[in-house]
Amino acid sequence: MTYLAKPKLHHPDLPANSLGFTRRDYEGTISTLCAGCGHDSISAAIVQACWELAIEPHRVAKLSGIGCSSKTPTYFLDKSHGFNSVHGRMPSVLTGANLANRHLIYLGVSGDGDSASIGLGQFAHSMRRGVNMTYIVENNGVYGLTKGQFSATADRGSKSKRGAVNSEEGIDLVCLALQLGATYVARSFSGDKAQLVPLIKGALSHHGAAFIDVISPCVAFNNHEGSTRSYDYVRHHNEAVNALDVITVHREITTAYEPGTLQEVRQHDGSVIRLRKLDGDYDSSSRISAMSHVQTRYAKGEIVTGLLYIEPDAEDLHASLGTVDRPLNELGEPELCPGSAALAKFNASLR
Amino acid sequence: MPMKLEAVNDFVIKFANVNGSGSASANTLFAKAIMRMGVPVSPRNIFPSNIQGLPTWYEVRVSEAGWLGRRGGADLMVAMNPQTWEKDVVEIEPGGYLFYDSTKPLHTDKFRSDVTVLAMPLTEICNATYSDPRQRQLFKNIIYVGALAALLDMDIAEVEKLVAEQYKGKEKLLEPNLKALHLGRDYALAHLPCPLGITVKRSDKVGDKVFLEGNSATALGAVYGGATVCAWYPITPSSSVAEAFARHCRKFRTDAATGKNNFAIVQAEDELASIGMVIGAAWNGARAFTCTSGPGVSLMTEFIGLAYFAEIPSVIVNVQRAGPSTGMPTRTQQADILSCAYASHGDTRHVLLFPADPKEAFEMTADALDLADRLQTPVFVMTDLDIGMNERLCDPLEWDDSRTYDRGKVLTHDDLESGKRFGRYLDVDDDGITYRTYPGTHPKRGSFFTRGTSRDRYARYTEEGSAYVDNMQRLLRKFETAKQYVPAPVLHESPTPARHGVIYYGSTACAMEEALADLELEGVPLDALRVRAFPFQDSVIDFAKAYDHVFVVEQNRDGQLRTLLINEGVLDPAQISSIAHYDGTPITARFIRSEIEERLAAFNVRPLRRSAAAGER
Ligand SMILES: Cc1ncc(C[n+]2csc(CCOP(=O)(O)OP(=O)(O)O)c2C)c(N)n1
Ligand code: SF4
Repeated sequence: MTYLAKPKLHHPDLPANSLGFTRRDYEGTISTLCAGCGHDSISAAIVQACWELAIEPHRVAKLSGIGCSSKTPTYFLDKSHGFNSVHGRMPSVLTGANLANRHLIYLGVSGDGDSASIGLGQFAHSMRRGVNMTYIVENNGVYGLTKGQFSATADRGSKSKRGAVNSEEGIDLVCLALQLGATYVARSFSGDKAQLVPLIKGALSHHGAAFIDVISPCVAFNNHEGSTRSYDYVRHHNEAVNALDVITVHREITTAYEPGTLQEVRQHDGSVIRLRKLDGDYDSSSRISAMSHVQTRYAKGEIVTGLLYIEPDAEDLHASLGTVDRPLNELGEPELCPGSAALAKFNASLR
Repeated sequence: MPMKLEAVNDFVIKFANVNGSGSASANTLFAKAIMRMGVPVSPRNIFPSNIQGLPTWYEVRVSEAGWLGRRGGADLMVAMNPQTWEKDVVEIEPGGYLFYDSTKPLHTDKFRSDVTVLAMPLTEICNATYSDPRQRQLFKNIIYVGALAALLDMDIAEVEKLVAEQYKGKEKLLEPNLKALHLGRDYALAHLPCPLGITVKRSDKVGDKVFLEGNSATALGAVYGGATVCAWYPITPSSSVAEAFARHCRKFRTDAATGKNNFAIVQAEDELASIGMVIGAAWNGARAFTCTSGPGVSLMTEFIGLAYFAEIPSVIVNVQRAGPSTGMPTRTQQADILSCAYASHGDTRHVLLFPADPKEAFEMTADALDLADRLQTPVFVMTDLDIGMNERLCDPLEWDDSRTYDRGKVLTHDDLESGKRFGRYLDVDDDGITYRTYPGTHPKRGSFFTRGTSRDRYARYTEEGSAYVDNMQRLLRKFETAKQYVPAPVLHESPTPARHGVIYYGSTACAMEEALADLELEGVPLDALRVRAFPFQDSVIDFAKAYDHVFVVEQNRDGQLRTLLINEGVLDPAQISSIAHYDGTPITARFIRSEIEERLAAFNVRPLRRSAAAGER
């Protein structure tokens, strides 16, 4: 059996969101990934975030490349259109889709092999173009689907399951995204749902290129001692710079945290991200300090998580291209075809 | 005194220039002036792959009969490039003319005794008139146009009018240009044998024809065809398609009320990304295209396979150039036929359209957008450098205002609401084409998962062999269906019954039509078929089978269309041979004619061996 439909039995007591949908309405088919794979927790976090934000599932376009991580869009939001493209090339497909209809919500899901190896170019260019999307890398430091080769995000010196030591420098996608102009940059851990869900909510509410690097241990090939992407390693080296809460436009905003430790960021769509600083010095409005913070802690073996950078009033690709507000896929002959009279003029200019 | 070529409105003039010397606009001006005199012209840029310093040629064929292919040879050489002197002098037809800058006169052994030399001290005249070095360079070109106008007895008023049009709004530049033009004309009238044996005489053979570059026409076809997304990566000779698309869009597609754009153009980071964006946009219901050339198609093939298998409309304009690899990037060929017909791994077949001139490039690009939507598959518009980067005379572009876009089988919200079970890959109409929905159409119905992996009729991932075969068979059915939608071939029947046939396509057409007329005059009847699309309609295969022998004329080494015909039509290879021209220059009527005559002569020779063997017995 290659396809497992999830039985849709609704527990009568399941809570519904403002659209009347329960969490089940945001689910997909049953995952075929290994039991315990970090990617499944990320799918669950996506379901939770979309439910909490009361997004209409069919207004989401979910796109991915190739890999275990890229398979996951089948496992959430089965009312939305999905696209499992080719290895490393999800960003271009997503960019094209976004150009065609700017009114949908774009969710890109990728792996570290997908985004940092074969697809590094497309990853980079989608960030610098400011495509309005939530781009999630499910980062396990290995190629899961092709069974355990190192990916380009594996740390130098980390060990593979078979004991091979990675001799190449790892690519830090967060630093790259920061440098390339992403306007919402975060890192999290698949095992930390409390942190991940609000980060995804913030990204989905963000108008611009939002990137989340999620450390997602591969239980089959990269969850051993010596790996810097194992559950244990991440749990012990996680340094969260902040905790956040996302409040959508629909909900009344009330203050709950101690002043001084709380920072409120109002986004383009009206939603408010409430950041509670864990690290007193951390400034999520500065690209440069975000980069330096991540690098400094990395040198100490720490993995910085949380919302690392946000530019609340970001502009997206459509703004730079000056496209009309109406989705391009809705335009018809009247807007698109200049007609025979214009053609006659054109002909006349060529004689 | 050498004998002199004599001809009215029927000759070839070639300009040998140095790249970057600003000669292009002067040369175009010259060609256009002849067209304005009602005489058909056909100019060709022959240029190297560099920006400055190397040789570049501009060849203008003047043909009252209206032949637009290259003829071969030159009757008048305007030799402005010392670097290529030897080669240029050799190319002149016996009795022809050689025009050169005699500021530093050349020794007589640099010339040919059978050629009339027209010496004009261009640099000297420029230096005496202009002090700015750039002006000296630029006006030199206009001065020789003035001289040629006198030598060829052209109507100087037409040239003046064109200069005035060119510098409309830039009056400061108009006066000095007109002055340069007259400087050249006056010198020629006073010092050179005006008019020459070859002259231009006002005629009425141009009619309402337009003078248009193929890439601009292609881009306009994309505008008229409703493309809203263009993603591209620069590559000669296709870049000007995207650049022209941007220009046309700015003119025709800016929303009057808001000033915003009814289009999106992205210069992608590479060809992988450009086709990816096209696929993403088309999946999401926008009409999208990319333009590229051979190397770009090579990079795109993985994605093209995805578009084929996942059934996503995508339009790829391939302005072909000489391969393999970087080959001759600024020379023309028709050498991507096979790599596009079967692009990508696995079993794939793609729709190809073969425009023959800018007008067809316009039409077929617009058609390609309809076809891609109708068939939900990649469609290639196979132009080439010869069509794309040269101005051609062609019939005026036409558009039927009652035409509506064929968006193919797309289910709307109401369609979905009304009920039946939607299956993305269900062959409801038995034509291999299934129904799709755009993302976001309906809250509960019509969503499906697109993937390049095998799936069942309900778009669910499966590796069941039977489901895979079912799908692959349907794709074949769809390709069969495509035959009824692609442009039909054009038949040229000989007035006298013919035993032999010729198949040709694309930019080869203009030379082929001339060759056919010549052969007919010489008593060599041939039926000819111009193929305009792949898949081949049955009539193409029937034609290929109907003659003793069929030639396929094309511009590549290996006879790629011939291979495709043999393969798809299951033809006898012995009965179909290729006439291949592939040195990077556009094929000429002379070449086609002599090849066909030679081959036919060979057919008529009785095989010696067989008769000898028969005698022995
Ligand atoms: C062009 C191409 N090359 C190679 C592959 C094989 N391939 C499939 S998945 C994969 C790596 C996936 O790794 P990653 O993106 O990290 O995802 P994971 O499986 O670890 O979640 C590779 C190399 C492919 N599908 N396409
Ligand atoms: S191989 Fe690794 S990444 Fe793939 S499903 Fe299994 S645990 Fe997850």
